[in-house]
Amino acid sequence: MKKLLAALAVTTFLFAPATLTTSHADEIKQGGSMIVTYKDDVSTLDPAIGYDWQNWSMIKSLFNGLMDYKPGTTELVPDLAESMDIAADGLTYVFKLHKGVKFHNGREMTADDVKYSIERTVNPKTQSPGAGFFGMIAGFEEMTASKTESLSGIEVVDPHTIKFTLSRPDATFLHVLAINFSFVVPKEEVEKWGTDFGKHPVGTGAYTMDEWTLGQRVVFKRNADYYRKGLPKMDQITFEVGQEPLVALLRLQRGEVDILGDGIPPAKFLEVKNNPEYAKMIVEGGQLHTGYVTMNVKMKPFDNKKVRQAVNMAINKDRVVRIINGRAVPANQPLPPAMPGYDKSYKGYAYDPAKAKALLAEAGFADGFETELYAMNTDPNPRIAQAIQQDLAAIGIKAEIKSLAQSTVIDAGGKEDQAPMIWSGGMAWIADFPDPSNFYGPILGCGGAVSGGWNWAWYCNKDLDGQATAADGMTDPAKAAERIDKWRSIFVNIMDEAPWAPVFNEQRFTMHAERLGGPDAIFVDPVHIPVHYDTVYAKDAQ
Amino acid sequence: MRESLAKLGRRKIALGGAVVIAVMCIAAIGAPVLAPYNPSEQFFDGLTLEGAPLAPNERFWFGTDLLGRDLFSRILYGARTSLIIGIVANGIAVLVGTVLGITAGYVQGWVGAAIMRFTDLMMAFPALLLAIALAAIFKPSLWIVAMVIAMVNWVQVARVIYGQTLSISAQEYIEAVRSLGAHWSRVLFVHIVPHLLPTVLVWATLGIATTVLLEATLSFLGIGVQPPTPSWGNIIFENQTYFTTAPWLVFLPGVAIVLLALSFNLVGDALRDILDPTQQGRA
Amino acid sequence: MPGLGIYVLKRFGQAVLILLGITLITYILLFLLPADPARQIAGRSATAQTVENIREQLGLNLPFYEQYLRYLASLLQGDLGRSYIQKSEVTELILSRLPATLLLMAGAIFCELLIGLPAGMLAAVKRGKAADNAVMILSFIGVSAPQFVVGILLLYVFAVLLGWFPIGGYGTFWHLVLPALTLGLLGGGWYSRMMRSSMLDVLRQDYIRTARAKGARQARVLLVHALRNAILPIIAMIGLDIGIFMSGVVVVESVFGWPGIGQLAWQAIQRVDIPIIMGVTLVAACFIVIGNLLADIIAPFVDPRIELR
Repeated sequence: MKKLLAALAVTTFLFAPATLTTSHADEIKQGGSMIVTYKDDVSTLDPAIGYDWQNWSMIKSLFNGLMDYKPGTTELVPDLAESMDIAADGLTYVFKLHKGVKFHNGREMTADDVKYSIERTVNPKTQSPGAGFFGMIAGFEEMTASKTESLSGIEVVDPHTIKFTLSRPDATFLHVLAINFSFVVPKEEVEKWGTDFGKHPVGTGAYTMDEWTLGQRVVFKRNADYYRKGLPKMDQITFEVGQEPLVALLRLQRGEVDILGDGIPPAKFLEVKNNPEYAKMIVEGGQLHTGYVTMNVKMKPFDNKKVRQAVNMAINKDRVVRIINGRAVPANQPLPPAMPGYDKSYKGYAYDPAKAKALLAEAGFADGFETELYAMNTDPNPRIAQAIQQDLAAIGIKAEIKSLAQSTVIDAGGKEDQAPMIWSGGMAWIADFPDPSNFYGPILGCGGAVSGGWNWAWYCNKDLDGQATAADGMTDPAKAAERIDKWRSIFVNIMDEAPWAPVFNEQRFTMHAERLGGPDAIFVDPVHIPVHYDTVYAKDAQ
Repeated sequence: MRESLAKLGRRKIALGGAVVIAVMCIAAIGAPVLAPYNPSEQFFDGLTLEGAPLAPNERFWFGTDLLGRDLFSRILYGARTSLIIGIVANGIAVLVGTVLGITAGYVQGWVGAAIMRFTDLMMAFPALLLAIALAAIFKPSLWIVAMVIAMVNWVQVARVIYGQTLSISAQEYIEAVRSLGAHWSRVLFVHIVPHLLPTVLVWATLGIATTVLLEATLSFLGIGVQPPTPSWGNIIFENQTYFTTAPWLVFLPGVAIVLLALSFNLVGDALRDILDPTQQGRA
Repeated sequence: MPGLGIYVLKRFGQAVLILLGITLITYILLFLLPADPARQIAGRSATAQTVENIREQLGLNLPFYEQYLRYLASLLQGDLGRSYIQKSEVTELILSRLPATLLLMAGAIFCELLIGLPAGMLAAVKRGKAADNAVMILSFIGVSAPQFVVGILLLYVFAVLLGWFPIGGYGTFWHLVLPALTLGLLGGGWYSRMMRSSMLDVLRQDYIRTARAKGARQARVLLVHALRNAILPIIAMIGLDIGIFMSGVVVVESVFGWPGIGQLAWQAIQRVDIPIIMGVTLVAACFIVIGNLLADIIAPFVDPRIELR
């Protein structure tokens, strides 16, 4: 009985905020258009393939998944799912879908489409970067090995009911259903366009893709048949590409564009921030991001814990933050403050070069040693690397800087014996979804410490791995707080071993034209970058 | 020789260029003594509280860069990098180009044709892409940058030397010396090579200018010398987006590069005017 | 002209061989690059299985010569492959951006001739005097100044402060002026020096002396006789421009938001997107080779001293 009540409570709790959003949305009129600038071409709008921070939010506006996040927050809410029922053992999920949801081509969406979309992502032929997220669904192993063409763990009960069976309880499953890779696509359009579906996306989302002129612009138009009435607010969004950030800023200041997709160029940051004229145009928010220095525990002398702790104490984080004009806050642990599991009371390693030198001497390196620090070669990363280099030199560590292209550094990190230290800037981990589990597995877990992996510290603690799996197995909503607590302790334990030296958490500064309206939170939405396209409205259309 | 120097002296502008070059060489060699600060030292008070660089002032004559380092010291040390690369890279380029050009022009036949076709191939190759690929494979460093630039630059020299060797070899007195039974090495080194020296010299000086600019371009692409070693090119690269807020960071090294390129070009051009008035060595 | 047909044919054949050689060298270089395309496509969250699958599908486990031959085969069909990061066909990407770059080059050539030729003429006529030195110095500055800075400077002054031109972008004649001018200043520097040399050569010739002796007025002598002869070798060199422009185009297109292949190359280089880099290299090499070919073909008509070998 208790469990049934709990399940009901969970379902209703998740159900309620959706209605709240809809009623608030009704007060604001739809209309108007906006222009967003980007430097790079849009690569693809295929939800199974798109995985860069530029197309991530664009895809969210063209497609829907079973779950989503409340705008401006990291709170999970149902999207295409009208209601859900989770079994007590956490292995079975049954979702009832909204009726009358139409694809942009007019056809109604059904549970078959949901199954088709997820299977498409997992299918090796699609070459989806997100296939790995669905490992908890029964039948995943067989499908990845190309032994079957469908996932046994997804069952279509009726056109509006779908049932998932998992091979293991996984507390992140609802997050996985909110991620782009699970978004629903229509089979007939995918088959019609094949590999070019990414250039001709058809989904159920708030916007439809109206025009794509390669190298110049992509235009979104409001989906008049969107199943959520009152959304989106804008009639049209134009994404202008090929815009150098400095030039984009000039245009914004003249009122020609509305949002800087690439953010405020670092060179102009102070000038713009200190100018009272632009105060209303800038919104500051946190990000699910941490910038850190990884130390390869498999390469001497970083196999010695004391050396790694010394490095942690040697870096003057306040100075680094100053060098990037205050666009970040110093960090002392792997998780960013906005992430559940962040430990506010954790002190970490304070800046103390004298103590760092003493530790080094204890480890047998009283005279220091020579090593290499890899960094990405685009501003401001070489600068940050040089600042760190000077801090390390102060305690006797002579680090030679290797400033290289992003993919070259990533490649070096994925090799066991190549990069002793890497400054993660520009390639730092940004959470795929707002759950601490995502900040562990690929970058600090044993699973990531493989050739080509992202665990550049090559850190593998089997005990912590076990604790992580156990934490993810706690699917009972009543145990949610306990689970987060478990994660908190996992990360504190990691800092004891110090495979990383966390340096700062980047803040986000979105600059937008004054004519755009909406609560501040949607302009620094942690999940939708740069802004939540569906809920931004035009003041001049009211 | 004395007459040539005298002629050089009469061209005031070229003389100005030579003076500038001399000053830069002194700056480069004497950098450790002349520089007021360590070029890599990041001063805490070299930046404002918000982290902005300082404009030129009493303490930092050229101002500071984005890490609070003294720009004047960095530019002095940058002269070293730029000149080393200019002289070494260009030296290699001229050497390789001359050897290949002479060989192709003297030996001729299918060996000569093969060499010249290879030269055509390298000329058509988008140089920048070659540089990027090489830097990515071998990881950038001062010597790699020099090698990459040399590989790109030798082509022009080879072509010109080839043409000159051909035309000199075709002259009658060479025929005469050969028919007298002289050994090929004697013909080559005693009778042909001396006539090529003026051209080589001209290209040596002109090439340094292009080399310095090429290094700046490589830095722009992020594959120049590695930080914190300063070179005029990578100082501009690091700071180019800041040129509206901190123009001295771009302007001063930019002027240095332009001055250096200009000076070498002027001297080279003057040398060419003097040593090769019939403009045979023109590409 | 005797042997012209054979000459052209020979040059054409050489051009094809050169292009082939370039594909081989480029392919080798990119093969040696320490980047793993399968990893790039698979992304950061992929399992080892996914990466291996992709590697199989792309044929990356095949020996080098087989991969190269496959590439050549698809090349002959006009297929330049598919970008690892952009997911579009490289041919489509390049073709959609080529017209913009060609337009920019045309504009740049116009500007550089407009700036360089008169400047060179002036320098030649006033040889050794202040005007000559001024022109020479300005042209060296034009050639040496970093393109990014020149571009942003022009943009800031003429588009932002004065508002005479749009701030970057593409579409009308007004959008073309500033980027073409930025490149034109670079090329203008080269051409003024070339023109000066050429004019000096011509002015030394006997027939100029004859024309002067006949009493024709100085200006007429210059404009009609000297110019006509001085310009011809220059025109032959326009083909070589393309090589010089290649690096400038990348920067200028980025600054002005000009949707050409320079921008494409820049993005691809940053992200080590091998299919695009290869495609752009080949297209650039094609243009350079065609430019050289044209220059080689026009030259004999223009300069009778050159023999057809």
